[in-house]
Amino acid sequence: MTIALDAPRLVQAQPLLTAQNVSKSYGDVQAVRDVSAEVFPGEVLGIVGESGSGKSTFLRMLNLEETPDTGTYTLDLPEVEGNLFELDRFARRMLCAKRIGIVYQNPHLGLLMNHSSSGNVAERLLVAGERRFTELRERASEALQASEFPLERLDAPPIELSGGMQQRVQLAKAIALEPALLLLDEPTTGLDVSVQALVLDTLKRLQQDRNITMVIVSHDLGVIRTLADRVMVMRRGAVVEAGLADQIFQDPQHAYTQQLVHAKL
Amino acid sequence: MSLSSLTKDWEPMSYGFLDASAKREIRRKMLKAVAVPGCQMPYASREVPMARGWGTGGLQVSLTLVNPKTTVKVIDQGADDSVNAASIRRFLARVSGAPTTLDTLEADLIQSRHRIPEEKLRADQVLVLQVPNPEPLRPVQPNMSIARQMHADADYGRMWLQLYEQIVRSGRVMQGASYPSLVNGRHVMTPSPIPRWDVPKLHMAEHLTILSAGREKRLHAVPPFTRVEPLVFDDVPYKVEEHGELICGRSGAKGFFMNEIPQDDGTSTYEISDSDYGVKTIRQAEGAQVHLGETWYKNGELS
Ligand SMILES: Nc1ncnc2c1ncn2[C@@H]1O[C@H](COP(=O)(O)OP(=O)(O)OP(=O)(O)O)[C@@H](O)[C@H]1O
Ligand SMILES: [Mg+2]
Repeated sequence: MTIALDAPRLVQAQPLLTAQNVSKSYGDVQAVRDVSAEVFPGEVLGIVGESGSGKSTFLRMLNLEETPDTGTYTLDLPEVEGNLFELDRFARRMLCAKRIGIVYQNPHLGLLMNHSSSGNVAERLLVAGERRFTELRERASEALQASEFPLERLDAPPIELSGGMQQRVQLAKAIALEPALLLLDEPTTGLDVSVQALVLDTLKRLQQDRNITMVIVSHDLGVIRTLADRVMVMRRGAVVEAGLADQIFQDPQHAYTQQLVHAKL
Repeated sequence: MSLSSLTKDWEPMSYGFLDASAKREIRRKMLKAVAVPGCQMPYASREVPMARGWGTGGLQVSLTLVNPKTTVKVIDQGADDSVNAASIRRFLARVSGAPTTLDTLEADLIQSRHRIPEEKLRADQVLVLQVPNPEPLRPVQPNMSIARQMHADADYGRMWLQLYEQIVRSGRVMQGASYPSLVNGRHVMTPSPIPRWDVPKLHMAEHLTILSAGREKRLHAVPPFTRVEPLVFDDVPYKVEEHGELICGRSGAKGFFMNEIPQDDGTSTYEISDSDYGVKTIRQAEGAQVHLGETWYKNGELS
């Protein structure tokens, strides 16, 4: 079968991330309905779906910012076990700070706009206990460099930077501690097409060089197609179709996915 | 049964101005604050005949601690003779009958705004500092509920981020007063707006320090022999103001914290900030019998 040949990375025994039957409501709005997902080490899972389909909400739960009404979430890491949704605030904070990186759709959520860019990255390292100034500075520069951020703007506050550069600062912050899992919420939305391509290149290179496991959310099928090994299609909070990227793009099964794919092509 | 039999007999105003329940409230919170050094304790803050923001927090603590035998000293930025210090001192004396002094060595209770005296405080003395902003996390977290969670988790990374930003922007740590400090290895507190010069005086001190904010209704404490460590990077040492070489233009005292007095020609002269130490130095030079106590700094160096 072509599946095994196309995606040899997928044939690994243990998924890094396992989410099962996750549901979340806000009042009458059921933002996420019974969503399950598995992501294997080094794999990129793409989540697509129209606006309001619950993609960001699901990602926020994977970042342990939000607790679902029901469902379980485990990460195959030596330092944690069991359902992560049951961790207390302190344990969540430490786990997220050290092992999970996130890039938000809106850079205002992820960055301190009036602090220096390097300081934004350094904050991550500070939470993890680094207390040497020179070390903070060096490691922040390294992470910014890896995100292809122009180092002459090292100490410029994000408020003075373009959208693309702000996303690079967020990315640097997310990878500063070599996370086991990188969550990306529409990392290229709002950027013009050429900048979008550059950011995507950076992500792709990071993924290849460091083999980081990623979950990337986008309503842009092009972005998902470029990066994802597997795709999950969401609509009104529920998963309507999931499978290998090629499979979904070449032979969508669900009517909604067909509509999405054909609209794009 | 008449109305007068149901009410209490007339009593004169409570001793030391505050009523008994207000004092009990403050006493309880002081005990808690001593039990958990550096942790802010909210308290019910009474009105006192002074505007909030002018030392009402310190005053309530002093009024609670004072008794007719307590010798009281009050300073404002090191000076006993500023209007605010003189008013508070007179008020304390009037409502408690307590004797007052200007001499640090004679005082049992010292209420202060923004300075710690230069002479070493002893185990039998209590220092009460007036605090405008008790929450060291406020500049990094305006939401009070989240700030409390951060204290609970000892989540202080952002305090270092402030220092990082200062070094990146100005090449050095710019925090002059209110230098955030870790108390007993657990809680970060503001030492009130004392200069950096004074913060090391709190470290393993013999005396008890109570820091009280009347407007914000919170107090915290540094009990005797408690570690007080200014937040620093491992590779950027803590520095106090470079006043070690400055000489007081009036008393000739050298090696203490000075006030800068700008001159018309653009230069500056200096005057010792601890006014009574300056007065004692002058009187000693004039041949009077005065006792200058042991000081925290000797020849401008912390001893
Ligand atoms: N904090 C919240 N309070 C109330 N409702 C919320 C909250 N967060 C999300 N929702 C609702 O949940 C649903 C899913 O929102 P979500 O942000 O996850 O969608 P999305 O797929 O990320 O959309 P977009 O593509 O526009 O970013 C929406 O109906 C939204 O209004
Ligand atoms: Mg979204």
